[in-house]
Amino acid sequence: MLIKKGAEANLYLEKWHGIKAIIKKRMPKKYRIDELDTKIRQTRTVREAQLIHNARTVGIPSPIIYAIDLEKTTIIMKYIEGIRVKDVLNSPTFEKKQELCYQIGQLIGQLHNAGMIHGDLTTSNMIVFKNRIYLLDFGLGDHSIDLEERGVDLLLIKRAFQSAHYKYFKPCFAALTKGYKQEVGEEISSEVMKRLRDIERRGRYTSRGELHED
Amino acid sequence: MMASEIICLGIESTAHTFGIGIASSENGVLVDVKSVYKPPFGAGIHPREAAQHHCEEAPSVLNQALKEFSRKIDSVDAVAFSMGPGLGPALRTGATVARALATWLNKPLVPVHHAIAHIELASLLTGAKDPLVILVSGGHTTITAYADRRWRVFGETEDITLGNLLDVFARESSLPSPGGPAVESLAKKGGKFIDLPYVVKGNDVSFSGLLTAAKKKLQMNCDLKDLCHSLQEVAFSMVAETSERALAFTEKKEVLLVGGVAANERLQQMISEIACEHNASFYVVPKRYSGDCGAQIAWTALLVYRSGIEIKVEKSYVKPKWRLDQVAIPWRDE
Repeated sequence: MLIKKGAEANLYLEKWHGIKAIIKKRMPKKYRIDELDTKIRQTRTVREAQLIHNARTVGIPSPIIYAIDLEKTTIIMKYIEGIRVKDVLNSPTFEKKQELCYQIGQLIGQLHNAGMIHGDLTTSNMIVFKNRIYLLDFGLGDHSIDLEERGVDLLLIKRAFQSAHYKYFKPCFAALTKGYKQEVGEEISSEVMKRLRDIERRGRYTSRGELHED
Repeated sequence: MMASEIICLGIESTAHTFGIGIASSENGVLVDVKSVYKPPFGAGIHPREAAQHHCEEAPSVLNQALKEFSRKIDSVDAVAFSMGPGLGPALRTGATVARALATWLNKPLVPVHHAIAHIELASLLTGAKDPLVILVSGGHTTITAYADRRWRVFGETEDITLGNLLDVFARESSLPSPGGPAVESLAKKGGKFIDLPYVVKGNDVSFSGLLTAAKKKLQMNCDLKDLCHSLQEVAFSMVAETSERALAFTEKKEVLLVGGVAANERLQQMISEIACEHNASFYVVPKRYSGDCGAQIAWTALLVYRSGIEIKVEKSYVKPKWRLDQVAIPWRDE
């Protein structure tokens, strides 16, 4: 049964050898020429499986992978029956926003500590289940301890808060950076934050001291 | 003429185009005249040279606009200018003309954000109401959607713009200016795909590595037609992919493609395919108005002016780095 048609892949909820499983299939993109499309889908399928596996070995909640089929660019994985962080944050009755964001920061910190980059951090790629946050969608990720890539990771989640959760961007992002710092330590955290600002300034129409924080 | 009709004259001068448009609240765009600065072969836009061009061309563009307007100049209710973002010297030339006109006519001076003007004119011409906007030009590569009084940026380039990528590559390949159309027509004749770096970071893109790689392939004497084809395929796929991500995330029901590069047919095809895939309507700005023009400033000025926004001449400094998401939008629904 198709449960989500995302930009990157279709998600099906099926029985797989008697267990509920998610089948994530990266569909061919009509807009891309075949040579480019096949290469991108295959690379990302492999990347995603590797990174989810490695994330799990260092204790980062992420779905168990049951099988992958490279020809069909498909990953079969455990079904996590939670709620997207995006929906949790936008729920008017939810009051522990900062606590949740602190946890997200810790999670990103753990990932970076383990030499991994997520590459696509948004609040729709995280699921809350039994008070734990599960990280999903590692297809754009990488193994790296590069400061630049860590900076980009934090820029992406910052952008997600600015655009989709702008009403509580400031307290949420502050809590997130606190959680991140707690995990990676003062020194690395300040280096990554500095790089994040540098990347923003490199972008279009930003100048020193004017980083569209509001 | 209806008593409630408001007429604005708008001046565009952010980069290579000096344009004057006149728009009416009742009848839309009435006049759109422009003169475009062409840099010498093999060179980019020099801000000073562009400003010099705008200075020289301003009187004849204004005369032509007023001739086409065919009403008295004092029937204009407000004079607007592109306050930013853009090249400082070019912006200041347009601002100077606008200040002089407003003072002489004793009419209010209205500041307009150039990118928002692209979006508003395209919305008027296509009828898009609440779209995910993909703005691709020499100055912008931005994926944005409106919410609660602001345009919120969902994705953008982390370095150079799509228009810039095509322009610089064209220049390096000794293709004539403007680069975009030259690359497009050659790409149609190419067929072999040459592998180039595809860089997507979440909803963001980065083109500088792609440009460097394409230039290297050029030095390796790759076929220019194939290279143009491959460059377009990779760069446009990156934009289409990030647009599709933003579309899935925002769940908008309309997609609007605007800016100079919106005129490219291959890009239009790709973006219309992602819109179709997500059951969204696809709109693209009409080719005549895809590039910079005075009409975009004049039409947007009407919306700004009717919201009660104007600026005193002595405070009307240009803002070369004015970001799209810093502009309050009182005229759209909450």
